[in-house]
Amino acid sequence: MTSSRPLSKKPFVQKLIAVTRMQLFIPVMALLLLVIFNLIADPSFFAIKLGYNSANQPVLSGYLITILDYGSELAILAIGMTLVTSASGGQDISVGASIAIAGSVILKVLCGNESRPDHMKAPIIVAFLVACLVAMLFGAFNGSLVAFFKIQPMVATLILFTAGRSIAAWINNNELPIIAEPEFSYFGTFIPGIPIPTPVFIAAACMLIIFLALKFTNLGLYSQAVGINPHSSRLNGINPAVVKLITYMILGLCVAVVGLIKVSRISTINYSVVAKDIEMDAILAVALGGNSLGGGKFSMPASIMGAYIIQFLTTTLYKFNVDSTALPAYKAVVVIILVVLSAPVVREKINQLKKSSSKKSVKEAA
Amino acid sequence: MKKFLAVLLTATVGFVMAGCNQAPAATTAAATTAAATTAAPAPAGDKLIKVGIINNDPNESGYRTANDKDMKATFTKENGYEAQFAYSLKNDEQIAAAKKFITDEVDYLLLSAADTSGWDSVLQDAKTAGVKVILFDRTIDADQSLYEASIVSDMRKEGETAVAWLEAQKLPEYKIIHIQGAMGTAAQKGRSGAMDDKAKANGWKIVKQQTAEWNAEKAQQIVQSVIDSGEKFNVIYAENDDMAKGAVAALDKANISHGVGGDVIVMGYDCNAWALKELLAKKWNYDGQCNPFQASYIDKIIKDFEAGKAPAEKVIIMDEKGFDAATITQEDVDKYGI
Repeated sequence: MTSSRPLSKKPFVQKLIAVTRMQLFIPVMALLLLVIFNLIADPSFFAIKLGYNSANQPVLSGYLITILDYGSELAILAIGMTLVTSASGGQDISVGASIAIAGSVILKVLCGNESRPDHMKAPIIVAFLVACLVAMLFGAFNGSLVAFFKIQPMVATLILFTAGRSIAAWINNNELPIIAEPEFSYFGTFIPGIPIPTPVFIAAACMLIIFLALKFTNLGLYSQAVGINPHSSRLNGINPAVVKLITYMILGLCVAVVGLIKVSRISTINYSVVAKDIEMDAILAVALGGNSLGGGKFSMPASIMGAYIIQFLTTTLYKFNVDSTALPAYKAVVVIILVVLSAPVVREKINQLKKSSSKKSVKEAA
Repeated sequence: MKKFLAVLLTATVGFVMAGCNQAPAATTAAATTAAATTAAPAPAGDKLIKVGIINNDPNESGYRTANDKDMKATFTKENGYEAQFAYSLKNDEQIAAAKKFITDEVDYLLLSAADTSGWDSVLQDAKTAGVKVILFDRTIDADQSLYEASIVSDMRKEGETAVAWLEAQKLPEYKIIHIQGAMGTAAQKGRSGAMDDKAKANGWKIVKQQTAEWNAEKAQQIVQSVIDSGEKFNVIYAENDDMAKGAVAALDKANISHGVGGDVIVMGYDCNAWALKELLAKKWNYDGQCNPFQASYIDKIIKDFEAGKAPAEKVIIMDEKGFDAATITQEDVDKYGI
């Protein structure tokens, strides 16, 4: 092949291979598969209706809105989880338990010692900021175990995974506080007059912030460098431990945001089941985005897309009356496919295929 | 400096956790550890009855919290007991705790088993050691000779009371969303079984039957999914209050009226105080009781045993009510709310 050859004349196979190499290929394909499946099974899946809720405010409803609504929590977590995965080469499995803690803190600040106050004892923003602080502290706990004590991330976060929900219950003395004021529910449902669920806006804000942070700071570069090779990044003047710690604290922030959405949705909390197994979905979102779970390079948009795809899958399964206990099994199938595809042995095989096909196409071109 | 920071951070949070486990309110030892906490040792010469209490994790639900509080309030030194508690949601850990209590030579072993099976050999050990076993809240699959008494809720009866109430509403048609608890638990089996049978016998339509595992959010998603599909329904039968609450959140979002005089009948279980208040406000229609207050029954049985009397019946089924929004009063909320 000569360089003067126009690109468009590149053989089709090679173009296809180039496309499959793009990181967004896996999530886009997964999304396409789901969309096509739903179009064939029942096109009404995509219908969106404008209605009014019981407070007579306009709300949009439909499966797509549900996906955007619940997928947003997951997308926020995926942001933090992607950074943690990239920098530390492992995942934080205490996310669900930390959400219980953050939610519990928010309710504690708002309710004080009453379990059913007539009025909130503090502004919501104060409660949220306290929850952010607490969640970041727990993030820092996880992070320092990983960064300074060099404990495997899954093992380090296993501590909070086990103890977190009990801590959450302890914060409120085992009470289940309920907040009656409607303002509190805006974060998980709708702001009056705006028909789009609030979590979508919150997630959009988080995405904007992380986009700006990745563009204007070295956060992305540093965490990838640390994830690929901590020793060489150290030689280049990056402190791997601090970078890892920071990523865990960012995940803590994401956890606090999701905690607010979760408790706001039902204006109360149940410590043992709130955000149950959400960490697995968050990790799956990172994997679906085509990111290596072993750390290093990452693509934030791909992870976020992965999060919405998982919710797409969940909602689709709900629609077809699949038992909610059976949902993890379907997700497991997705995980297996992803893990097998990214296994070194399979990668090598695919690369060989690519090489042979490109050789063939070169011959044909000649 | 870095190391100092690391140690400081770890220590701070570690301390918070330790504080959690030591605080008196926090009998919430991590759910997976069957931590046994010993009450203050009895003063010499004072004859206290030693009881070992094996329960599920108090965080599990409002029911369990109320149950644990009731136990703690009854089996005190003032009432003549030296009580040890162990908590776990796992059968094997509960069995290990039971073995420990037998070695500790407790007089009575009170048990709310996580699973119904696997208890034969350890209860046989208890019998050999002369430890009297009393089951509370949940029954087990073991020979009746292995325990002295069992004070349990009849979940099937709870379910039957609820569906009989629903039948008495004489709706022109029944289109039911049935939200189930964690599959395989006694509460789920009893409450689902009653509904399944009645629905079959009367030709009620079950629009959707799915488990939300006692989880409000999952219940909300399930009901949301039915609403999104456009299918009509007029009853929500949730097997606990949390799930009913989640379902109602979905109804509110779609502006579907519920409660007394509304389009959808809402039914829940457990009689949480907040749920009974929803009834009082006529936003829900029915709430079935699952009585968590077994301690006074057990207390009486033990006192009888100590006086040399065996209980008249081995299996005691607790009184359980069902509340109707049309008739519930503030006193009911105060008295039966947990």
